[in-house]
Amino acid sequence: MSVSVRIPTILRTYTGGQAEVAAEGTTLAEVIADLEKNHTGISARVLDDEGKLRRFVNVYVNDDDVRFEQGLATATPEGAGISIIPAVAGG
Amino acid sequence: MAAQTVASTTDTPNAPAAPAAPPVDLGPAVALSCRECGERTPLSPSFACASCFGPLEAAYELPTGDPEALRKAIEAGPESIWRYAPLLPVPADVAAKPNLNPGFTRLVKADRLAAELGVTGELYVKDDSGNPTHSFKDRVVAIAVEAARAFGFTTLSCSSTGNLAGAVGAAAARAGLRSCVFIPHDLEQGKVVMAAVYGGDVVAIEGTYDDVNRFCSELIGDPIGEGWGFTNVNLRPYYAEGSKTLAYEICEQLGWRIPDQIVIPVASGSQLTKIDKGLQELIKVGLVEEKPYRIIAAQAEGCSPVSAAYKAGHDVVRPVKPDTIVKSLAIGNPADGPYVLDIARRTGGAVEDVTDEQVVEGIKLLARTEGIFAETAGGVTVGVAKKLLEAGVLDPAATTVVINTGDGLKTLDAVAATSGPTATIRPSLEAFRAAGLSAH
Repeated sequence: MSVSVRIPTILRTYTGGQAEVAAEGTTLAEVIADLEKNHTGISARVLDDEGKLRRFVNVYVNDDDVRFEQGLATATPEGAGISIIPAVAGG
Repeated sequence: MAAQTVASTTDTPNAPAAPAAPPVDLGPAVALSCRECGERTPLSPSFACASCFGPLEAAYELPTGDPEALRKAIEAGPESIWRYAPLLPVPADVAAKPNLNPGFTRLVKADRLAAELGVTGELYVKDDSGNPTHSFKDRVVAIAVEAARAFGFTTLSCSSTGNLAGAVGAAAARAGLRSCVFIPHDLEQGKVVMAAVYGGDVVAIEGTYDDVNRFCSELIGDPIGEGWGFTNVNLRPYYAEGSKTLAYEICEQLGWRIPDQIVIPVASGSQLTKIDKGLQELIKVGLVEEKPYRIIAAQAEGCSPVSAAYKAGHDVVRPVKPDTIVKSLAIGNPADGPYVLDIARRTGGAVEDVTDEQVVEGIKLLARTEGIFAETAGGVTVGVAKKLLEAGVLDPAATTVVINTGDGLKTLDAVAATSGPTATIRPSLEAFRAAGLSAH
């Protein structure tokens, strides 16, 4: 499945400054692996040493926070928009 | 006073002059440091660590050497948070600039509430409803305004559950900045009006607070968000430091001592985290004696992801979809939740939640016993204190501080249905007598 991934400012050094990149995969884990192929180093920023999503990163598939879904196993349908967003303070 | 600093110069007597001064003057703040991995970066409007996404926070060269001189300087300072400028990321002349001068709110000795709750020690309410826009958010925004000035932002913004929106609108107006704030579309009317009256733009987002946060995070990563200072997003490392002033004031108002127990409401968890940081800093600079203290985190049952994680023994917080009358705490995905868990456990404290009914009871109990009308978040802290005293978790003989973060006028709906006239009568003595309310 082809998806688009919105890249936060702090990760754009890995995407040549691009704010949005295309990736392939049927799950979030596959999408991150595909991102890593084209943008080396990005995976280690999003995942911890055990391969889990870092605890201060929020990932959305379309409008759904993946922690409400199946985490890295969350399905990424064709054309999905994926957002990677750092956690922010309250208001 | 001439504050000394922890760091000493590395210049030798014959070395050439030091390079130009740093581009921003934020007082004793010298860098940003990742709370997770410790990586340091220069002061900038950044909020997440490029290595691990951990939150960035201000790192300082704090005053050392003569705590007595520092204490006297603070006590001689203005009756606002600026008395603590040597411990905050603000320039030394901050008090001279146009701002709302928040802080130094009253610490109320709550003897009647104590009697009702069975507290035998000292019980205090730190009442932040007395701030300029009637919530603790004026503290954090005042610091964010200084950061916005330092980084040259001309628009002050935020994602907000209401209180922050009002504080940003007011502070921006006073500072001569444009403001544009983002709120969930279903906030209490009082908070929407308070956000809008100062003349800035208010944008209601169709979604929850977490959706608003997500939108704002994406906005600052987009060219259309360039030049915008979001108090709780790209200015977060500075903004969050404002909550330390609650710790400073509580200790100063207690005669420079740390209370035994503090009950703090939790939305994102930032306030609680920074109160703990403030206490640690007071110990470090020698203004208070080091002693054990317990931090108790309070949530509403309808949005209690941190309490749920605490009770389950987890160190990560699973987000929830909020459903509570306590909208100011309705953050289902609390950024500082893991730190709240760490601090509650490290200090031997607790994380507890109360139902909406208990929140209303808490508001009315505080109002009835002490004449303090708290917003719903204040009902949460009073409710949790009551619940934990009854459960034997809180020590009734200890010195306890309960925090009220805002004014009940902002959340009238919560108590309106159960707080009406005792009687409605004709204007006659006979009717009054018939109502059964006369003293004799």
